Amino acid sequence: MDTTTIIYLTFILLLSIFLGFELIAKVPSTLHTPLMSGSNAISGITLLGALTLTGSEGNDGLALILGVAAVTFAMINVVGGYLVTDRMLEMFKKKEGSK
Amino acid sequence: MNTSLIINLTYIFSAFLFILGLKKLGSPATARKGNLLSSVGMLTAILVTLISKDIVSFKWIMLGMGLGTIIGIAGARLISMTSMPEMVAVLNGFGGIASLFVGWAAYLGNPQLNTFSATTIIISILIGGITFTGSFIAWAKLKEVMTGKPIMFPGQQVVNSLIILGVIAASVLFIRDPNAGLHFLWIVIGVSFLLGVMVVIPIGGADMPVVISLLNSYSGIAACAAGFVMQNNLLIVAGSLVGASGIILTNIMCKAMNRSLSNVLFSGFGSGSSAGSEIEGEAKPINVEDTFMILEAASTVCVVPGYGMAVAQAQHTVRELAEQLEENGCEVKFAIHPVAGRMPGHMNVLLAEANVPYEQLFEMDDVNPIMESVDVCMVIGANDVVNPAAREDEKSPIYGMPVINVDKAQTVIVLKRSLGTGFAGIQNPLFFKDNTRMLLGDAKGSVQGLVAEFKN
Repeated sequence: MDTTTIIYLTFILLLSIFLGFELIAKVPSTLHTPLMSGSNAISGITLLGALTLTGSEGNDGLALILGVAAVTFAMINVVGGYLVTDRMLEMFKKKEGSK
Repeated sequence: MNTSLIINLTYIFSAFLFILGLKKLGSPATARKGNLLSSVGMLTAILVTLISKDIVSFKWIMLGMGLGTIIGIAGARLISMTSMPEMVAVLNGFGGIASLFVGWAAYLGNPQLNTFSATTIIISILIGGITFTGSFIAWAKLKEVMTGKPIMFPGQQVVNSLIILGVIAASVLFIRDPNAGLHFLWIVIGVSFLLGVMVVIPIGGADMPVVISLLNSYSGIAACAAGFVMQNNLLIVAGSLVGASGIILTNIMCKAMNRSLSNVLFSGFGSGSSAGSEIEGEAKPINVEDTFMILEAASTVCVVPGYGMAVAQAQHTVRELAEQLEENGCEVKFAIHPVAGRMPGHMNVLLAEANVPYEQLFEMDDVNPIMESVDVCMVIGANDVVNPAAREDEKSPIYGMPVINVDKAQTVIVLKRSLGTGFAGIQNPLFFKDNTRMLLGDAKGSVQGLVAEFKN
């Protein structure tokens, strides 16, 4: 990895961290659990890395097993995280007006 | 257009959706849409990654994705709302182990690494491993498979320091010569698992909200490190958004307990060394009939739920009681302490499940100023978060923690299983106050009894 790439990636890292702080600081405590499970689902983004590794050429043995395991776990994280968050938020939503 | 450009442009779009989604999660009215936007962002990112030139074989990918999807759907559908803290812990753990595997597999695929890449792989593996085992210990504590009390042993700090020194040494040796360093990588993996266990065992059940938020943050940081390994912008953006959100929640939880993060992590809080001053006096029990009389005469009632309500699965009956009270012309408020329950916002989720309108839910700071005008305060399965010793007893371990001042209400009714001390083993002088009555027994049964009285 050359220095330009490192600096470029670090730039992105820095800005995203600040953005994250700004976005989350305003979330009311009522929504802390869905926020946590929702952001947890986003952290399953590792899936993209796992996909590239598993699908690349000449993969065998341990590397392949690790790749498939990573895809599986990340996928559980993503699918489970989003669905369970949706299930929670549905409850938060439906009682305005009607019971 | 070449595929790499298409992929990167789509990643920008996904990042935009993640950010927009998180922003919309900030209000109950738009939260569900926010989550949907974020999941669309994820889906597009996954689909576009699959068109990448690097991916030549789909057989194994499909196996993993299919398996993960099935398990994910089943888990999300079957889990009960009271078990949500366990679910979040497990999902965190899976995110962590995925990052560990990505780092490891990336090394096996190309062991000729420069120093920077080797460092990112080590970070990805280390944080991923800590997140994985840490989350499972947290899960076991929440599930009460293992004791919720802090596990301490003599020389724990020394052992932990040695482990940390060991992991640093192995990391440095690996980074100096990654090509020949597979055995150092094994050591880092093993030690990261061990470290995750060691970090979480000394933390008590009542401090779980902090741990869960912190592990949530770690899972983000691990994804971020994996992003550096794969040189993937979107992993870095999404990972650091999650990392930042976890850290903010951790900070909010610590503030709500008036303790520093290091105090939560290392002090073994509630392991029983000091329980505060002994309390003189007698707790006054009350039965369901008399409680009903008091509630019937009340014009404002404030309900303070805690972990005990989750254990007794009493949220639905509590909502029924609130409805009966309102029909009786009484104003009902729910006061929720930031660290009530086992994860941030735990009580809010349970009450939302039971259809309590979120307009009725109040935060501690909104309720405390008006507490003196409340006729009856019903404490359901909460203990430490309503303990007046936090204000009055300088010897109490929780002295200085902000609490809901239920003792300032005209009458306090405490629903509790028995007269024992709470999770942290701290004496609660609330139970011995003149205006406190103890309604002992299973919370759900007691509340059901009250509902039945109202219906008669």
